[in-house]
Amino acid sequence: MSMDSSGMIRAKSPRISELRRLIKVMCNRVVVVVGIGIIAFFILVAIFAPMLAAHDPLYTYLESILNPPSGIHPLGTDQVGRDVLSRLIYGTRISFLVGIFGVTIAGTLGMGLGLVAGYFGGWVNAIIMRCIDALLAIPPIVLMMAISAILGGGLFNVLIAIGFGMMPTYCRLMCAQVTVLKENDYILVLQTAGASSWRIMRHLFINAFPPLLVLITTNLGTAILMEAGLSFLGIGILPPTPSWGAMIYDGRRLLFSNPILSLAPGGAIMLIVLAFNIVGDGLRDALDPKLRGTL
Amino acid sequence: MSMPDELILEVKDLKMYFPITRGLLKKKVAYVKAVDGVTFKIKRGETLGLVGESGCGKTTVGRCIVRLYKPTSGQILFNGKDISSLPENKMRSYRKNFALIFQDPYSSLDPRQSAGNIVGEPLKIHNLVKSKKDYQERVEKLFQSVGLDPSLMSRYPHEFSGGQRQRMGIARALSCEPSLIICDEPVSALDVSIQAQIINLLQDLKEGSLGLSYLFISHDLSVVKHFSDRVAVMYLGRIVEITTPKKLYNNPLHPYTKALLSAIPVPDPDIEETRKRIIMKGDVPSPVNPPSGCALHTRCPIAIPECKELVPLLRDVGGGHEVACIRVK
Repeated sequence: MSMDSSGMIRAKSPRISELRRLIKVMCNRVVVVVGIGIIAFFILVAIFAPMLAAHDPLYTYLESILNPPSGIHPLGTDQVGRDVLSRLIYGTRISFLVGIFGVTIAGTLGMGLGLVAGYFGGWVNAIIMRCIDALLAIPPIVLMMAISAILGGGLFNVLIAIGFGMMPTYCRLMCAQVTVLKENDYILVLQTAGASSWRIMRHLFINAFPPLLVLITTNLGTAILMEAGLSFLGIGILPPTPSWGAMIYDGRRLLFSNPILSLAPGGAIMLIVLAFNIVGDGLRDALDPKLRGTL
Repeated sequence: MSMPDELILEVKDLKMYFPITRGLLKKKVAYVKAVDGVTFKIKRGETLGLVGESGCGKTTVGRCIVRLYKPTSGQILFNGKDISSLPENKMRSYRKNFALIFQDPYSSLDPRQSAGNIVGEPLKIHNLVKSKKDYQERVEKLFQSVGLDPSLMSRYPHEFSGGQRQRMGIARALSCEPSLIICDEPVSALDVSIQAQIINLLQDLKEGSLGLSYLFISHDLSVVKHFSDRVAVMYLGRIVEITTPKKLYNNPLHPYTKALLSAIPVPDPDIEETRKRIIMKGDVPSPVNPPSGCALHTRCPIAIPECKELVPLLRDVGGGHEVACIRVK
């Protein structure tokens, strides 16, 4: 917003200028741009996988098992003769889906329940949080195994398992944040003014969200790794569908003779997790009004 | 200024007890009697000062009136209508008639909302604006009315000073054109120079409006003296004396008021040296278990045995000077 010659305020739509500012701030930092670049790269790879992959990821070249990197197979072949690069490219699809949707399910459910529990307090809080405590008492991998075992394998069920497995942390954190924030005078002002619960919860959410944003970005990587764990146990993505996690586990026995089998998907996971973390940090800083003008 | 004698607020025998619960089943073991039978009136256009030491229930009275708390018993007549036990959905339409200004200008503004949004939000809550343009104009006007530059609307609270933040709080309180503003220690968190500015602003706003009333809660006796038309003194959840500031400061009748006023230091070393201060013995009793009869009898220099049994009621001792003490004739 700026003043023109007559001293009147030229009103721009605040929403658009806010978005523009956000993009500008994010793009001003080289690291964040690199992070966004990496994520964009992987998204493109996931979309255009069939065009990028030179081989069918499921086809077994029986004559060339465990080949070292070569012109035909840039990252070599695995123990049943499948092209590693092609599997890596197709695996991007699964890993992205699992990471993004797993965290979306966990975040939406967890933060929603946490917000309601923290805002209403009393017996609502008691009931929700005791259920969450019960879930937290079970190690996430065991919880996810149980869910997967009941629902069976497959992408959709893996997403549900991961979503529920990670949900309790979001709920706890959100509830703790909201419990503290709702004592603030600005929430009392809203109550005095007659604001609806919905409006008050929106204010609480906006203020409670930034620390959770960090959790979300870390969890995007965790979700990819969890899927790997589930696939390894045979209750995740069903073989032979390529997924990065499954590829790491498949290659672990050959870590010394053919390290590329594990290192390639491992490197991809590392890169994407790093990129998500960088972008998450950048986003949190850009959304913080206190850092305005310093970034 | 001529004031119509119309009552804007009448509080009758207001009680607010907070339960102390214990154990898994939340058994109520005792009550904190924060407000224990408070009665007062505020006329349209009048400023009532409410003074007392920390923990005497001043803030609770304010919060009961805006129904942040549901009073245990008593009546709160707002424009003649009892709002003390209205359900929240019926209460909503009344809420635009009063507003609250808080002590801490830091925690009373949402750090993630722009100044314009903070000030204008009550307008949205009560659907008082027709269009975006209307909203923008109203918020600009509010900024100007409290002496803030409207070009600061898109700034965030942390970019403002304490005084400016308090001005934003006042602008927000004014947004729905309320008839009663409850100022809960609005200047105690500010520098003395800024205090004067804020007090003058509140004074100007009252004079510039048609019948805006204040309930001015404070522990700063000199600010209250300057600002109020009448002053009520509270002790342990009850009002002990109500009168005009002039009468209160020149001729305090209640022993507690006398002690309270004698605690104000005189900025003259010679007078200060010879001045006799009334120091009450002991501490303020706990509001969980207040003394029987007159709450002050355990500390009062003029208490007689009857004070233990009789709960003194406020009575007019002439010219609208009300005192709750059986020893005052």
